[in-house]
Amino acid sequence: MPKTLFEKIWDRHVIKTIDDGPSVLYIDRHFIHEVTSPQAFKGLEKRGIEVFRPKQIVATADHNVPTLDQHLPIKEELSRIQVQALVENTKKHDIELYGLGHPYQGIVHVIGPELGVTQPGMTIVCGDSHTSTHGAFGAIAFGIGTSEVEMVMATQCLLQSKPRLMRINVEGALNKGVTSKDIILYIIAQISASGATGYFVEYAGSAIRSLSMEGRMTICNMSIEMGARGGMIAPDQTTFDYIKGREFAPKGTEWEKKLAGWKELYSDEGAKFDKEITIAAADIEPMITYGTNPGMGIAVSGQIPTGTDPKSLAYMGLEAGAAIKGKKVDYVFIGSCTNSRIEDLRLVASFVKGRKKADNVEVWIVPGSKQVEQQAIKEGIDKVFAEAGFLLRQPGCSACLGMNEDKIPAGKYCISTSNRNFEGRQGPNARTLLASPLTAAVAAITGEVADIREFI
Amino acid sequence: MSKSINKVSSTAVPVHLENIDTDQIIPARFLKATTREGFGDNLFRDWRYNSDGSPKKDFILNNPTYSGKILVAGKNFGCGSSREHAAWAIKDAGFDVVVSSFFADIFKNNALNNFLLPVTVSEAFLQQIFAAVESDPKTTIAVDLESQTITVNGKSESFEINNYKKTCLLNGYDDIDFLLSLKPEIEAFERKHAAI
Repeated sequence: MPKTLFEKIWDRHVIKTIDDGPSVLYIDRHFIHEVTSPQAFKGLEKRGIEVFRPKQIVATADHNVPTLDQHLPIKEELSRIQVQALVENTKKHDIELYGLGHPYQGIVHVIGPELGVTQPGMTIVCGDSHTSTHGAFGAIAFGIGTSEVEMVMATQCLLQSKPRLMRINVEGALNKGVTSKDIILYIIAQISASGATGYFVEYAGSAIRSLSMEGRMTICNMSIEMGARGGMIAPDQTTFDYIKGREFAPKGTEWEKKLAGWKELYSDEGAKFDKEITIAAADIEPMITYGTNPGMGIAVSGQIPTGTDPKSLAYMGLEAGAAIKGKKVDYVFIGSCTNSRIEDLRLVASFVKGRKKADNVEVWIVPGSKQVEQQAIKEGIDKVFAEAGFLLRQPGCSACLGMNEDKIPAGKYCISTSNRNFEGRQGPNARTLLASPLTAAVAAITGEVADIREFI
Repeated sequence: MSKSINKVSSTAVPVHLENIDTDQIIPARFLKATTREGFGDNLFRDWRYNSDGSPKKDFILNNPTYSGKILVAGKNFGCGSSREHAAWAIKDAGFDVVVSSFFADIFKNNALNNFLLPVTVSEAFLQQIFAAVESDPKTTIAVDLESQTITVNGKSESFEINNYKKTCLLNGYDDIDFLLSLKPEIEAFERKHAAI
């Protein structure tokens, strides 16, 4: 019987299925960070049990770290205690930690792929909803809660019900100025912030195949923003070329063996999906959000829909029927697990080279990892940003989530390459406009929402 | 945390909004604790309090006529971040049941793992509950896990829950204890498993 990509991986990881209940799913890789792990470690201690497979866990500090002066102690006491708890817990349980000061430190969903820990065919979890990012490699990757983090630490397994399956095909060539971020913002705007709840999504089609791994990660990353349990893309030569030679990638004969298995990972002809959607790439324009959930997105050239929830509009200080283009912004944030990889920084640098930021904006560029930061410096991208008046900060989740020191002040508008525009997400009463790195870059130069197509 | 749940009969607090994300339930800046306790104080923090810490009078949780163990909310409740702190905050604030017409997947799992019962009802029944509770805050809602029914003003609807999880909730069983009992099977699986 033909199988989907999801089913091929799922079936290889199910140990057993409980009657009228979930399956016991084996987990290959577990990423942890400082925010959603301390209570899980405490839970294990309370039960008097050890971490079952510490070598299958990788830890980093990202959510709560400052992005300036990382060599100094973290100023805020509670943040410092939480980051320190991760240091102590990982040491005690013999778990690899890429913490502050380590050359591999960074956002968990940036470092996993970058180090070659993330590989096709794996089951991957993390106490973080954007774990769906790793699905770009043809893995089943999804976010879990802290009780589940504890479960995986204790048994390397989770109890999971098999989700329904959806395939989203994006066909054709992308328009000028349109990036993978625009594709996913377009998809979410089409099917809404809850349109994929209960589903695991496979992205396919020629437009998806044409994307780099960074582009594919951006798409899978935001699967959760339409409610999906996860997102995935079948691995191909682009995937294999990206992985080959990375720190923890298979080497030598092991590589050949793995590669042969990875090449079998695709949805068979005739495999059944519960839902299938096809989108023409030609219909996608540079996108931006205007509201308070990621489904509230429009083309930069468009108008804010009439009939938009008034509560949302009041929060955003925007009017139904008005154009979004020309709206003044105060902050530009380029970073987060959605768009902080070297390709994103290169794209921004190529556009801003020789240009200067507008006087009314503050521009924060936050690389996704130490390795991204070092690569940017090596390529001279840091100098391009400095000349443009942008501030290149240090790796972390930064202003994506209003948790660490990097917050957008109340009432201010931030055009952001992150993934959520919820009320207060970037700080109490901050107003977020989600967009691609290119659309953010042009806003940094003009000081307002602008259409990148008029500048390239 | 109560370690089993069956019947809950209580007045309810209606938060009549859709797409309530976990950043609203508990903003990230309150996730710095390393324990599971005490998050209830910051439940719906930015809807509930002004920046100076004074209560916002128009928010339902600050309205003394509404109280109870049941939280009622619009569809797509608990979307966004996977933070289990959202379930902890709701439970810590004294709720045992959340009723909505649609829950986000991760939140639903987190709630179940904390003996906070997510009850999914039809949109029509949800609107009946809102209407009943909003017109009379003393309206009692009865939730019975054993029979999988929810009743308000004599009208009932059944709700879905898988049999495994239902047994866990009724008896106070925990997934980790169950998985630990499978250790030999897990180890046997590992010996033949290679991630492709």
